[in-house]
Amino acid sequence: MADKMKLVMVGNGMAGVRALEHLLKLAPGKYEITIFGAEPHPNYNRIMLSSVLAGGTDIKDIVMNDWSWYADNRIRLHAGHTVTRIDTAARKVYSDQCIEADYDTLILATGSRPFMLPLPGADKEGVIGFRDIADCEIMQETARSYKKAVVIGGGLLGLEAARGLLNLGMDATVVHNSANLMNRQLDEPASRMLQAELEAQGMKFLLRKQSEWIYGKKRVKGIRFTDGSEAEADLIVMAVGIKPNVSLAKSAGLAVSRGIVVNDYMETNVPGIYAVGECAEHRGIAYGLVAPLYDQGAVLAKRLAGVETGGYEGSMTSTKLKVSGVDVFSAGEYEETPGTRALRYQDELEGVYKKLVIRNDKLVGAVLFGDTSDGASLFSIMKKGESIKGKEKELLLGFAPGGQTVSPSARLERMADDEIVCGCNGVSKGAIKEAIEDKGCSTVGEIKACNKATGSCGGCKPLVEGLLGLYAGERAGQSVKEGICGCTPLDRDEIVAGLRRLEPATVKEAMVALEWRQPEGCTKCRPSLNYYMGMLWPERYKDEKESRFTNERYHANIQKDGTYSVVPRIYGGVTTPSELKKIAEVAEKYDVPLVKFTGGQRLDLFGVKKEDLPSMWEDLDMPSGHAYGKMLRTVKTCVGNTFCRFGTQDAIGMGIRLEKEFERMNAPAKVKFAVSGCPRNCAEATIKDYGIVAIDGGWELHVGGNGGVHVRATDLLCVVKTEDEVVEWGGAFLQYYRENATWGERTSVWVERVGVDAIKAVLDDPEERKALYGRIKTSLSYINDPWKEIIADKELRKNFEALAVPAPLN
Amino acid sequence: MTKMLVANVTDIDARGSRTYRHEELEIAVFKLSDGQIRAVENRCPHKGGKLSEGMVCGTAIHCPLHDWKIDLKTGRVYEPDEGCVTSYETEVDEAGCIYITI
Repeated sequence: MADKMKLVMVGNGMAGVRALEHLLKLAPGKYEITIFGAEPHPNYNRIMLSSVLAGGTDIKDIVMNDWSWYADNRIRLHAGHTVTRIDTAARKVYSDQCIEADYDTLILATGSRPFMLPLPGADKEGVIGFRDIADCEIMQETARSYKKAVVIGGGLLGLEAARGLLNLGMDATVVHNSANLMNRQLDEPASRMLQAELEAQGMKFLLRKQSEWIYGKKRVKGIRFTDGSEAEADLIVMAVGIKPNVSLAKSAGLAVSRGIVVNDYMETNVPGIYAVGECAEHRGIAYGLVAPLYDQGAVLAKRLAGVETGGYEGSMTSTKLKVSGVDVFSAGEYEETPGTRALRYQDELEGVYKKLVIRNDKLVGAVLFGDTSDGASLFSIMKKGESIKGKEKELLLGFAPGGQTVSPSARLERMADDEIVCGCNGVSKGAIKEAIEDKGCSTVGEIKACNKATGSCGGCKPLVEGLLGLYAGERAGQSVKEGICGCTPLDRDEIVAGLRRLEPATVKEAMVALEWRQPEGCTKCRPSLNYYMGMLWPERYKDEKESRFTNERYHANIQKDGTYSVVPRIYGGVTTPSELKKIAEVAEKYDVPLVKFTGGQRLDLFGVKKEDLPSMWEDLDMPSGHAYGKMLRTVKTCVGNTFCRFGTQDAIGMGIRLEKEFERMNAPAKVKFAVSGCPRNCAEATIKDYGIVAIDGGWELHVGGNGGVHVRATDLLCVVKTEDEVVEWGGAFLQYYRENATWGERTSVWVERVGVDAIKAVLDDPEERKALYGRIKTSLSYINDPWKEIIADKELRKNFEALAVPAPLN
Repeated sequence: MTKMLVANVTDIDARGSRTYRHEELEIAVFKLSDGQIRAVENRCPHKGGKLSEGMVCGTAIHCPLHDWKIDLKTGRVYEPDEGCVTSYETEVDEAGCIYITI
């Protein structure tokens, strides 16, 4: 560890910490990191302070990196320490609490402070800025005993502060030197509409006022303006602007102008010292908004990690006001100047105003009031600097004049490049386009391998397919056949046929026999082969736990922190007081932090440590609920004719029987059942894989429903008279699904793919139906409760335990 | 540098893993299908997932949380993701004792 470079950062705010987060990803372990932060808090989201003030958000909710983040990343944090001196020759920094630290690399991320007008009386008690948690606390404290607040500054920050003070029950007056609020971002009409809206919320305004002095004794009493008028005040908040914190840098001899001067790589004029964030001045600009600061942080992280970067080239900025009930967006040039033309849309009935400023057919500015939904896409058009000739009106109004609706592909084409298509993995349209056009991807699978789009929930697949159609041109149609994953060109049917022919004994043998490209496959093909082989040869195939996902290997659901959740089986959602007591006792014994009812009428015990799982199962002494696998999950029931006055059949009894019949069943994907006791369908059976709805004198059998990623109502398979038939038809349907669907394919997708009529045709034949039912019963007879198996087997149990703490040898 | 006897090869299933703590660190020890032993810090560079819980495929581990694929020898994350996890030197003696150097 001795060879690690020492990195010290002065400042513990958003820009600096963001840069370190990047750095830790790019070069983990390269630096030994120390942070000095003047505030006694971990890094928090300063932008959200106005939400804290506005109420509803607690200070702890805005913490972005809690104390454990520093510990987890082995960062030494001196919170509450102000660095007072840098010795650039000895490469050391000194704090006000006599801590010193050596550095090889120093980052100055000292941020800024509110610019306090140098008015006589500005040092009185009750005159503050609006910058940090301490300021928020003063405002909250003041609101308890005082009434009148004056905010100097009618810009973004001032209005947000005033709104917060109103929420605290104070009487808030905003003093502004211009006639128009937010005059640095808004034109006059938008500014007037904003003022009217805020006045309706109770805010008061004193416009075109220059402050002269602040009066009062020890505490502020009021403020006097240059025109001779006065305003009473118990609290004055100055929000007229910010000033980069540069004194530390200046005294260390760094080049300082308005901020600490940096080049495109965030380097100051002293080697080894960098500056980032609000304290830095790049090409003459010191930014005060978060987006450019994050851009700077990304460049700095790459530089420090030794990764190639084109440098920081400055940012175009946009603003949004965060005041509830008021939507304001502004970017670029907001006033017409010679050489520009503007388009305006004003609707005072709905309170909507939009303006676009255009120069040389390019969008150079936009102001939106009331409806800011187009803000992000307009901003991305501005940043790209492309010609909008012919599209101007459409951009303003959001639809093509003439009223014709836009086709889906036209909408995709028009979508901004930075708009996110895959929300799970944060993949933008631009990244997908690049994968298609520059990296030659011509299938959804290739795009997924390239940038992960569609890789998680898959909900964006239609959009990605649409983009393929749009940008891959003819390639999309004639692309090579896709295998089930990148390890093989074979599809599901070819694999199953190959397995039947070659009869391999293990997954590894199957991969050799079928000429896999990757000798041990991946997390997609390994579990599929394991499933197919278990389905084909239930009697002799030995299930490989190593080829199953984490959840199916440990028979519990892994959570984001590495703990597990445990769902015991509660047949049909019916329990007893003694069973509930037992679950409660187990939950207490193992300090379970969260007990939650699942959507499937069961109880979920969250936050269980892996090493506790086997003994917890032992104490529960209940079967596994299989809430974690591609297996039969829950059987949801309504109360049926047991109690319900509408019930026509015993829904609970039917549900419990089905659950006992098919529990432990492996399947291509998870399978859910439900049984409703009458057509009111309270158990929501028509969005389940196998849904049963009782009618007077019989049962309707529904299949292929889904309430998840792709909501789909079931198809009616048939209507039967007896409970035995419900079980037999269900078993036959499930076995036919098990034998024919692709691993990972839910019944909803499979039924849609093959068509319910094709399935009906097979199941209608009584002999075929009985044979299928027989095969699923055979399969089920070889599977035991996994929890009981693990409890009884030391070899299996050891995998849940950590190794004993070893003794060092030297 | 600290060298420790952590386990015997028989304590770990092939394509399986065990973990232990060393001071602040949690280490995941893996046995590949050919019996080789690998050790890395038990923390995915993406969202901190426990790599020990993932699936061993050849010489790589797939994180259980979001399927990041990481080489167990170099600690390098496979594309399209990027990042790196610390890997540790392992030795196995004739008796099957596993030694890890941190």
